[in-house]
Amino acid sequence: MEALLTAAFLTALLAGAVAAGVPLLLAGLGEQMSEKAGVLNIGIEGMMLMGAYLGFLVAFESGNGALGFVAGMAGGMAVAFVMAILCVGLALNQIVIGIGLTLGVEGLTALLHHFQFSTTYPRLPAAWRMPVPGLVELPVIGPALFDRHPLVYLAFLLVPLLAWLYRRTALGLTLRAAGEKPAALDVAGIDVATVRFLAVLFTGAMAGLGGAFMANVAAGIFIPFMTGGAGFIGIVLAMLARGRPAWVLIGAVVFGGALSLTTALQVAGLNVPTDLIQMLPFAAVMAVLVLYGRKARLPAALGLPYVRGAR
Amino acid sequence: MVAAPSVPLGTMQAAATPARPVPATSPVVELLGVTKRFPGVLAVDHVDLALLPGEVHALLGENGAGKSTLVAMLSGLVEPDAGRIRVAGEERRIASPRAALQQGISTVFQHVMLVPTLTVLENLVLGMSWWRRPDRAELEQRLAGIRSAFGIALDLDQTTGELSLGEQQQIEIVRALLRRSRVLILDEATSMLTPQGADELGALMRRLVKSGLAVVFITHKLDEACRFGDRITVLRLGRKVGELAPEGLAAMDQAAAVEEVVGLMFGDRSIAEARAPRLRKAEGSPVLSVRGLTVTGATRLARADDVSFELRPGEILGIAGIDGNGQKQLAEALAGQRTAAAGSIVLDGRDITRAGVAERRRLGLRYLTDDRIGEGAVGGFPVATNAVLKEIGAPPFWSGGPFLLGGIERPGRIAAHARELIDRYDVRTPDEATPIGRLSGGNIQKVLLARELSGDARVVVFNKPTHGLDVQNIMASRNRIAAIADAGLAVLLISTDLEELLDVADRIAVMAAGRLTGIVANDEGARARIGALMIGRAA
Amino acid sequence: MSASLETTLDEGGADTSGPRRALAHLALVTLGPILAALVLSGLVLLALGVDPFAYYGYVAQRGLFSWLGLQQTLTRMAPLLCLAAALIVAFRAGIWNLGIDGQFLLGAVTSAALAPFLITVLPAGAVLLVAAAGAALVGALWSLLPALLRAYQQVNEIITTLMMTFLGVSFANLLVKLVFLDPGTTVPQTRTLPVADRLPTLFGTTISGGLVLGLVAVVVVHLVMTRTAFGLKLRTVGESPLAARHAGLDVPLLTVAVFAISAGFAGLAGGIEILGVHGNLQAGWNPAYGLAVIPLVFLARFNGFAAIVFVFFYSALMIGGESAARRIGVPHYFTLVLVANLLILLALAEYLDHRRRRAG
Repeated sequence: MEALLTAAFLTALLAGAVAAGVPLLLAGLGEQMSEKAGVLNIGIEGMMLMGAYLGFLVAFESGNGALGFVAGMAGGMAVAFVMAILCVGLALNQIVIGIGLTLGVEGLTALLHHFQFSTTYPRLPAAWRMPVPGLVELPVIGPALFDRHPLVYLAFLLVPLLAWLYRRTALGLTLRAAGEKPAALDVAGIDVATVRFLAVLFTGAMAGLGGAFMANVAAGIFIPFMTGGAGFIGIVLAMLARGRPAWVLIGAVVFGGALSLTTALQVAGLNVPTDLIQMLPFAAVMAVLVLYGRKARLPAALGLPYVRGAR
Repeated sequence: MVAAPSVPLGTMQAAATPARPVPATSPVVELLGVTKRFPGVLAVDHVDLALLPGEVHALLGENGAGKSTLVAMLSGLVEPDAGRIRVAGEERRIASPRAALQQGISTVFQHVMLVPTLTVLENLVLGMSWWRRPDRAELEQRLAGIRSAFGIALDLDQTTGELSLGEQQQIEIVRALLRRSRVLILDEATSMLTPQGADELGALMRRLVKSGLAVVFITHKLDEACRFGDRITVLRLGRKVGELAPEGLAAMDQAAAVEEVVGLMFGDRSIAEARAPRLRKAEGSPVLSVRGLTVTGATRLARADDVSFELRPGEILGIAGIDGNGQKQLAEALAGQRTAAAGSIVLDGRDITRAGVAERRRLGLRYLTDDRIGEGAVGGFPVATNAVLKEIGAPPFWSGGPFLLGGIERPGRIAAHARELIDRYDVRTPDEATPIGRLSGGNIQKVLLARELSGDARVVVFNKPTHGLDVQNIMASRNRIAAIADAGLAVLLISTDLEELLDVADRIAVMAAGRLTGIVANDEGARARIGALMIGRAA
Repeated sequence: MSASLETTLDEGGADTSGPRRALAHLALVTLGPILAALVLSGLVLLALGVDPFAYYGYVAQRGLFSWLGLQQTLTRMAPLLCLAAALIVAFRAGIWNLGIDGQFLLGAVTSAALAPFLITVLPAGAVLLVAAAGAALVGALWSLLPALLRAYQQVNEIITTLMMTFLGVSFANLLVKLVFLDPGTTVPQTRTLPVADRLPTLFGTTISGGLVLGLVAVVVVHLVMTRTAFGLKLRTVGESPLAARHAGLDVPLLTVAVFAISAGFAGLAGGIEILGVHGNLQAGWNPAYGLAVIPLVFLARFNGFAAIVFVFFYSALMIGGESAARRIGVPHYFTLVLVANLLILLALAEYLDHRRRRAG
């Protein structure tokens, strides 16, 4: 046990939790917006993967990290755009399309990667770090939290920003109405399709950014299928958070911690099978669902397309 | 609506006497020859309509007359295929709800269009520009103005879904006032109100038009149109068949006005097919006894609380009350779809409180749900399958029994059974293999009724059996219910239409907030006593 | 939401205007998306500098028109058919069982653990029976938690079944590496069932006998769902849980039954794959057939016989595609692209068809 309480272990754990947690946080926050607006965005896994692929590719080819993130966001939004056209515009089944898009992006990115890099996995230079003066000196938390890529700080800042948006602005009301009773929003004079369209695009941007972070900052390389269900965890985080961004943050850090436990344990000199560790986050989700499943209240119109005049 | 001629004229006269100013202004909104076609139906056919400020314009017609489509056009939900719309003299399109609101046209829909999980305040500001922050102080100030002018007070912090439907309707009216509307459309606004509530709404409409608003009052109830409308437009089968202007209405006495409108509404169809008097009265010992039945529900109102009654063979017991006061919960508890938290149900001397749906059905307790298409039938299944949906696996429609996965289907038997029912109940359908969802509401209702009455029925629970049907089917349904009781079955008839209960029931109970507040015999003074019970006064 | 399959797929082809037009119409909304998917995916190939005609030609030649390839195709059909049976039960009953990959893998582990061990004490026939039954049982058990959560707590099964798949993949690896490891090899894998004791092949070919099991599974599921009281109960729950409750059906219990049957078939699919083809299970093996079978089942409109046809062509595509990966250098990920295109275009075709019919 003593080995587990060393500064090195704690730093590695926390640092890993942040690295693995930030993509989940971004995905969860993005999904939350879609779900609030009434769209169950199963395609988020594909959006993340597209973000990871494009983000990596552009950063690799241009040598410009920031450009990579822009590309990642654009990639996620491109997939989201297709989803929005089909599911919001044409009111097609959100689950079928979500699965289709995820499968398609998985195949496409793996294929493209193969044709570009064959079986090599080139690595990006170490990601840019922006230490926060003063705070970085703190023991354990300093190196783990305050010596990171700027995107990490940005992701954390999004949490209070979105919370404010949902609670205090008319936009928050609009989103909630779109998910709870779209017909009421429609007759109140706001176009439901536009609201949902934009919400899905936001999800795509967040997921793409999360994917790009995963490839460019956390891993430094792109591997086909590398998101490995992170998007789905994002969906679960959004579902369990009951509309509150702060809960997505808590969930993301917990899951990130579970995902990074292997590395941290190795730092501590313990060897636990990777498979067992990989089960932890999913087992945790199931445990939480068993305990709190009934309370995971979802918007009433989640997953249901809205067509004006149809009853 | 149908029984309107039998309404005591005294009550209507009283409300109709105040002299009304004849407005001499130009219309705020005009519809000129608007037409709307849906697949297979000409919903609205060259209708002209002029809405004048300071006037309650009653739009009267039965189901399918085109009222809803006109409302949808005015509120921007559908656009006419032909015809023009003028707003304040200028030709306009109303392509979306937003456009309607911008032209100053607000609608209070028949089904509440508020978000139940938001607070009253949030619903009031819903729809404002997204970058603006709701300004509570300003809103409260304006609400104070509305309260003094129209007498509507709202608690801004309540969750909307916890309010009664009448209170929610007031929120929608206030929202229209906040938007400074010029036209307010009230779509079947009295359907969720008590008789007293309807009168109050009438008085409110009067205050609203006095302030210069044009009010459109849509209803299928004849007496309401005559009581509240300054001008009455009658629609039938998508056409405007007549309009009674204020001058004309003022000149007529109430009975003449009603007669005039009846003529317009139903043409030469006879509506008051006199029903043969009920053959028999309740007799013998009770077939169904309910004692202290309590069922928990989702809200304060929607539950059953200590309900007791007895039902004898040949008797129709009506349950009156405003929608959402536990009628559905009571019906489902009787049918076995909900477990009782307390109390007992005894059928033919046998305690069935713990019995399931199938067993109760087998013992003769049948339930005809109000949600025909969502709950009563599976829209995508053929008529034939729906006719046996409550007997899945039972012989003679399935053979082999439990050992062969509940039995092998015998399509021939099922189809033959369905054809027999279609024949006997006069169901209009291409054939028994047609998905039931393609039939009209009246025909679906016939299939469900046929299903519930097949075999040995003893007690039938009807929940709003004529809701949403056209007048012919309403009459047929009422006759059928009377005939069922005459045949010696016991009937529990839940209805929000008081006229219907006064028409066929032997006794009428009033249900409010989950409790039976009283049971009265259906005789001379029943209407007044029921009205008193509905607002919580003893009869 | 789970009961909303019909929003994309209403009674396909149930046109009242005569059986011939209905058939033509069905062909249009089925073949249309297939052709469009082939074209669209062909464009992807073209963009990658691969001649799509050469590729499709090679795949067809290899998967369909060579005897060796055809035998492989028919063998590959076995697990896919069982998975199709699993999905038909679930989808017809309105349950989104998206966890069939996990159920499949745990079924496979069960068979791979049981068979090589039992073969030392039981005759081969009994071993196969027990191992297959064990696979189905474990597959069903793996769905128990999502089933209970859905039936009694109304927790969305899409999420829970997906979670159980992720969990299942790791758990299967863990079992192989820690519990059922064959000490005799250096690669982490289970003990191997001797070739002679595996599912018998058919008529002197190399086609696995699992094909028969798969065909039987799909046909039985189809008949049960369309011809029996039990099937009608499940379909009623799927179409409208409200109507099912009104009709006196025990909706939660039937829901659990649907999960058990569906996951049972998925587990059986894994068992068949081990008992018929591989004989053992290597750590990390996860063919992930599941998500790809979904479009096929949709395309077949939940009809078992149509599903057999589509599974056949998809198997040929897989076998041909795997071979093309070695020969032409297009990784088999391409089939994912094709399947995704198919799924999306199918939904689109349904939409267009729906609109056309409502307008007409």
